[in-house]
Amino acid sequence: MLDTLFFVVLPYLSLLLFFLVGISRYRKRPFSVTSLSSQFLENRKHFWSTVPFHYGLIGVLTIHLAGLLIPDTILAWNASHARLLFLEVTGLALGILALVGLINSIKRRLQLPRMKVVTNTSDWVLLVLLLIQIVLGILVAINHSWGSSWFAASASPWLWSLFTLSPDTAYVATMPLLVKLHIINAWIIIGYFPFTRLIHVLVVPNPYLWRKTQVVLWHRDRKTVRIKD
Amino acid sequence: MEVRSQIAMLFHMDKCIGCHTCSIACKNIWTDRKGTEYMWWNNVETKPGTGYPTRWEDQNNYNGGWELKDGKLQLKSTSRGRIVPNIFHNPSMPTMDDYYEPWTYKYSELFDAPEGDDQPTARPISMVTGEHIDIEAGPNWDDDFSGSPVYAENDPNLDALSADVRQQMFEIQRVAFFYLPRMCNHCLNPACVASCPSGALYKRGEDGIVLVNQKRCRAWRSCIAACPYKKVYFNWSTGKSEKCILCYPRLETKQPPACHHSCVGRIRYLGNVLYDASRIEEVASSPKEDLIMAQRSLILDPNDPEVIKAAKENGIPDDVITSAQESPVYKFVMEWGMGLPLHAEFRTMPMLFYVPPLSPVLSGSKGDITSNDTDDLFNEIEKARVPIQYLAEILGAGSVAPVEYALRKQYAVRMYRRHLTVGDVDSATAERALFEADCTREQAEAIYRLTSLPKYEDRFVIPPTHREQAIEMLKDPLEHKQGTGFGFISPPMRV
Repeated sequence: MLDTLFFVVLPYLSLLLFFLVGISRYRKRPFSVTSLSSQFLENRKHFWSTVPFHYGLIGVLTIHLAGLLIPDTILAWNASHARLLFLEVTGLALGILALVGLINSIKRRLQLPRMKVVTNTSDWVLLVLLLIQIVLGILVAINHSWGSSWFAASASPWLWSLFTLSPDTAYVATMPLLVKLHIINAWIIIGYFPFTRLIHVLVVPNPYLWRKTQVVLWHRDRKTVRIKD
Repeated sequence: MEVRSQIAMLFHMDKCIGCHTCSIACKNIWTDRKGTEYMWWNNVETKPGTGYPTRWEDQNNYNGGWELKDGKLQLKSTSRGRIVPNIFHNPSMPTMDDYYEPWTYKYSELFDAPEGDDQPTARPISMVTGEHIDIEAGPNWDDDFSGSPVYAENDPNLDALSADVRQQMFEIQRVAFFYLPRMCNHCLNPACVASCPSGALYKRGEDGIVLVNQKRCRAWRSCIAACPYKKVYFNWSTGKSEKCILCYPRLETKQPPACHHSCVGRIRYLGNVLYDASRIEEVASSPKEDLIMAQRSLILDPNDPEVIKAAKENGIPDDVITSAQESPVYKFVMEWGMGLPLHAEFRTMPMLFYVPPLSPVLSGSKGDITSNDTDDLFNEIEKARVPIQYLAEILGAGSVAPVEYALRKQYAVRMYRRHLTVGDVDSATAERALFEADCTREQAEAIYRLTSLPKYEDRFVIPPTHREQAIEMLKDPLEHKQGTGFGFISPPMRV
């Protein structure tokens, strides 16, 4: 029963919120689709918070994504114990990097009066959720050093069973508590995602790399405006 | 040739009295909201001085503008390749402390203070945190502070001057200053637009006004670092960039921008110029010493039939071309060679030009006696209190020649008018001054008229915006019938 609640209902609810609210926010309130940068108010601590946090998290999420998309490759890689250890240690290091960044960020927001002004309740809820998630992830990595293999072998098929609308909780039902908590919190974050500043994850500056240097917008159609001449 | 129209500005520095009316006019209309308290889209600086934000001209620190790398133009802060790894923390981002922390006073303390022997005071409180602060800097903190070792002597423009010239500038009897009113230059090669990863900043094709689309801005902060003039500002409350919009709602209804309109000294001129957009990159990549002339070469003669033909082919309406023909900016910059761009070496090709100031009459010390060094009526340009080399750093991209040309012309006009009105300058002297300044009598008369006696409509020649065409192009006008009049303006909400 609880398994169904946490590993079927919760994921679907979160995904529904993620897409419905996310898309409607992007379309109806494009102004709000950003994270409120605070670098302008404080620069040095900003570097030591945001840089390790983002790079650590991007690394960790990439490994998770690989487990989801190419589980066989991950399993093949992990066949050798040394390589499994390498992957686990890399993941752990990246997780710790993210944790250091997040702790610096929380400290920065607690200590500096200027930061308090630009941090709202939702930001605090999010920071706590992220802290819980990263700490749980690190604990899983320390206590269950087969995590990457497990993700590829069990979590990936479970997630695919969700995506193909034939949910099967058997894959995750026997997991240790730490892992289960990590999963549940992940879904909470995904569901909460579109209501928070996390929405900025969805905007990436892709056209910049190949657009023209200068952007010029015309209000008139220059080809047709002089048709009468 | 791709002809475009650009609204350009000209500030006559010789007329600026440093009253800050322009700044206040702008502030009251655009930047009295939360998050914008520290912003001065228009500000007036005392030169020599450190300016706002402090030492903004020092690009070794702020990394604004463009630089030439192997002959290729690239942003000094974060160009394409470097934006991705630096997206989370912009390495060249100025902070509020480079500007100042905005404050107000807790006036209630004047009334609530308990009875005592001392006058109650209203203590300053931060407009960011609401807490008491000690005020350490403000946007015009070095106002009129020439000669000060803390402010004037830290002016980055002094670095290039020889020790002799520097010492001469700060000799107590010679101390001089002038005002530099600054705002967004609405550049032809804007670094802010080029740097925006989201493409939120853009230049309007019809009039060249540079704007930030608030809905597309994602707070990457690149524009703030990239603008060498530090005229794009970060709203810390909404997390968006904001900048001077050249009062486009006013311009579209044929009114000059508020800063221009309110100018007490009537130093501000505004009008459009036609330019060749196909040569922007080539011109912006010119060697430093050629930049002033290269930028001028980009501006086209609006009376040239070839230019008019090409302008029409590019969809520029007739009345916009007529407006360019009457532009006071074109006269000052192109016909008379007196308008110079601010720090052309930043290579953004600013469209705000300055007429350099003629310094006040020179005096010096001879023993214990202070006296005028010269018997001339107006002091010679080479001996001016503000050394011409210093002006060249600000307005000549380091070259003296264009600044000297502009000053010599002003000098000649003064001599000529003195000859006509007072008569203590003889005709030969006036003629010689005109000859040396490459100026005819007719031109001197025209410069005098537009400098001293310009009417409102001489100073501001605003091209029609033709928004009606834009609407007709894009949509059926009848679609709006019965549909306008009510709407919703949403507050700047984060969620």
